[in-house]
Amino acid sequence: MATVDLNDVRKVYAGGVEAVKGVSIAIPDKQLCVLVGPSGCGKSTLLRMIAGLETISSGTVAIDGKIVNAVGPTERDIAMVFQNYALYPHMKVYDNMAYGLRNRGTPKAEVDSRVRSTAKVLELSGLLDRRPRELSGGQRQRVAMGRAIVRNPKVFLFDEPLSNLDAKLRGQMRVEIKSLQRRLGVTSVYVTHDQLEAMTLADMLVVMNAGLVEQIGAPLDIYEKPASTFVASFIGAPPMNLLSLSTESSANELERKLLGLAPPGGQAAMLGFRPEDAELVADAEDRSGALMLSATVEAVEPVGAETFLHCSAAGNRIVIRVGGRTAAKPGDKLRITATAEKLHWFDRGGRRLDSTSPSS
Amino acid sequence: MIGQSPLRVLIAHAALILGILIVAFPIYYTFVASTQTLQTILKPPLPLLPGDQLWNNYSEALFGGVGRIGGVSVGRLLLNTTVMALGVAVGKIFISILSAYAIVFFRFPLRMTFFWLIFITLMLPVEVRILPTYKVMVDLGMIDTYAGLIIPLIASATATLLFRQFFMTIPGELVEAARVDGAGPWRFFFDILLPLSRTNIAALFVILFIYGWTQYLWPLLVTNSNDMNTIVIALKKMVSFADADTQWHLVMVTAMLAIVPPILVVVLMQRWFVRGLVESEK
Repeated sequence: MATVDLNDVRKVYAGGVEAVKGVSIAIPDKQLCVLVGPSGCGKSTLLRMIAGLETISSGTVAIDGKIVNAVGPTERDIAMVFQNYALYPHMKVYDNMAYGLRNRGTPKAEVDSRVRSTAKVLELSGLLDRRPRELSGGQRQRVAMGRAIVRNPKVFLFDEPLSNLDAKLRGQMRVEIKSLQRRLGVTSVYVTHDQLEAMTLADMLVVMNAGLVEQIGAPLDIYEKPASTFVASFIGAPPMNLLSLSTESSANELERKLLGLAPPGGQAAMLGFRPEDAELVADAEDRSGALMLSATVEAVEPVGAETFLHCSAAGNRIVIRVGGRTAAKPGDKLRITATAEKLHWFDRGGRRLDSTSPSS
Repeated sequence: MIGQSPLRVLIAHAALILGILIVAFPIYYTFVASTQTLQTILKPPLPLLPGDQLWNNYSEALFGGVGRIGGVSVGRLLLNTTVMALGVAVGKIFISILSAYAIVFFRFPLRMTFFWLIFITLMLPVEVRILPTYKVMVDLGMIDTYAGLIIPLIASATATLLFRQFFMTIPGELVEAARVDGAGPWRFFFDILLPLSRTNIAALFVILFIYGWTQYLWPLLVTNSNDMNTIVIALKKMVSFADADTQWHLVMVTAMLAIVPPILVVVLMQRWFVRGLVESEK
C-alpha cells in the first residue's frame, strides 16, 4: 500500500500566521497514525496538507515515496472523512459512494459491485436508496467512511470524524474504525483532539502543540514516558499531577519530602505522577525513596469502578485515582505516596529529565 | 394558540375574508366586465354578475384580431410577452449563477473589484441608463427584436447577490469532499451546485418571470411595430386608441388574459418550490 513521509513541513498563511512550524513524521505502511493536540495546534492543517487541500509553504509531503507537493487532491489517491461528513445532500447514499468512482471513469458494473460490497461491510445495504438527511448521525458517519473505503485509496485521512457523535456511539465507531483499518490494511492519518480516541486508535501517536511535534511514539510509551509537561498533562484523563518545585509556596515542604529522591540529572523544576500511581497510606511515617504528600480532599468524584479524589497538596491541586469506592469526604486529610519509579521529572523548559535521554 | 376560542376563529376569518375581498374584488370586477357587451360596460352601473358575452368576447380577442390593436391578435401579444419574460428570467438566472459561481469559488485577481462592479449596478435602475441603452440598441439594429427586448434587462445584480449568498452557505467541506472525489470545476457545478440551487432557481424564476412580464418602459421604447408589442403595452395602446372608441370589453378580456400566465407560473412553480424547500433541508 503506502507510506506517508512528512519532511520539515511548514504552513504560513497569507496573514503571516505560522500554523505548522516544521513537522517531520514518517508513517510506515498500514499504520494508523493519530495526530492529537489542542485546537489550533496545526493538526488539521497538517492533515489538509497531506490531502492536498492546503498548499505547503515549505518542506515536502511524500506518499508512497513520491513527493506530492504539486499534485492535486484527486491524483494523490487519498480519501478523506470529514468532521461534518460532507455528504452530498441531494444524492442518495448509493450515489454518494459511487460519485468518486464515476468521476474516475470506473466502469458501471465495477462501481456497482464495489459500492454494494462496501455497503455490506459497513451494514449500509438497506440504506442505499436513502438521502443523507434521512439517516442518523452514526449512519451518516458510516456513509462518509464508505465513500472513502469504496475507492480503495492509498491513504485514509480522518479529520475528527467522531466529534459530532454522542459519547456512546463514538465509542462504538472507534472500535469499528480500528478493526476496519486493520482489516483493510490501509495507511491512515487520523486527527483528533480527544486523547482517549488517540490512545485507543493509534498505532503511532503524534502529540502536537503550537505547530510543532511534542512527541511521537506508541500510545503507551507516550503515556509512560511523556517527553514534556505538555504531553504529560494532555495525554491521560485525568491528566498527570504536576508539582512545581520552583515556586516559593511549595518548595520548602516538597523539598523536605524529596530527600533521597534525586532527579536523574539536570535541574528539576517539575515533578509529576499519574493519578493511578498514587497510593493512600494510613501511617504518618515518611518512607524513603518515595514521594510522601499530605493532602486535603476537596471533591470526590465516584465514577463507579473507580473514584477520583481532587485534593490540594503543597499548594498544588492534584487528582488521585482510587479503585472502587472510598469513604473519603471533602475536608479529610490524607497521606499520599508514589514510589520513585513512578515519578516523572521535568526541567524548567518543561522537557523530561531522564536517565536514558539526558537533556539540558 | 390563536384559534382556540370560537370568537377568535371568527375574528381571524373575518379579517382574512375582508383582506381577500379587497384584493380579489377588482380582479373579479374585471372578469365580470370582460363578459359583458361594450354597451353594458359604458352604461353604469356595471352588473355584479358575469354577463353572457364570455365566449364572444374571448374568441374575438384571441382569434379576431384584425382591425384592432393595430391588427395584432392577443395570441401574438401573449407569445411576445412570454418570449420576453422567459428570456429575461432564464437569461438572468444563467448569467447570475455563473458570475456568482466565479466570485465565490474561484480566486482570481480583482475578484472583489468585479464583485463591487456588479454590486454597484444595483444602484442604477433600468430607467437611469435607458437613454444610453436605447442608443446602443439602435446602433446594433436591435429595435423591434426579441433580443432587444431581453438582453438589456438580463444583467442582474440582485440575482447574482442572491446566488452568492446561497453559495457562501455551502460548507467548505462539501467543496473539498468533491475535490477529493475528483470533481473538477464543471463537474462540481453541474453535479453538486446546480442540484443544490434548485429551490433558489425556482424562486428566482417566479420572481423574474413576473418582472419580465410586467415590464413597461423598456418594451414601450424598444418596440415600434405593433407585431412586437408586449401585452402590457398593447393594453395601454388599446385604452388610448385615437381613431375609434375604446373597446372596453376587449380591454377587459386582454387584461384577464394578461394575468393568466403569471398566475400559472406562480401556481405551478409553487408546488415545485415547496417540494424543493423540504428536500434540500439538511
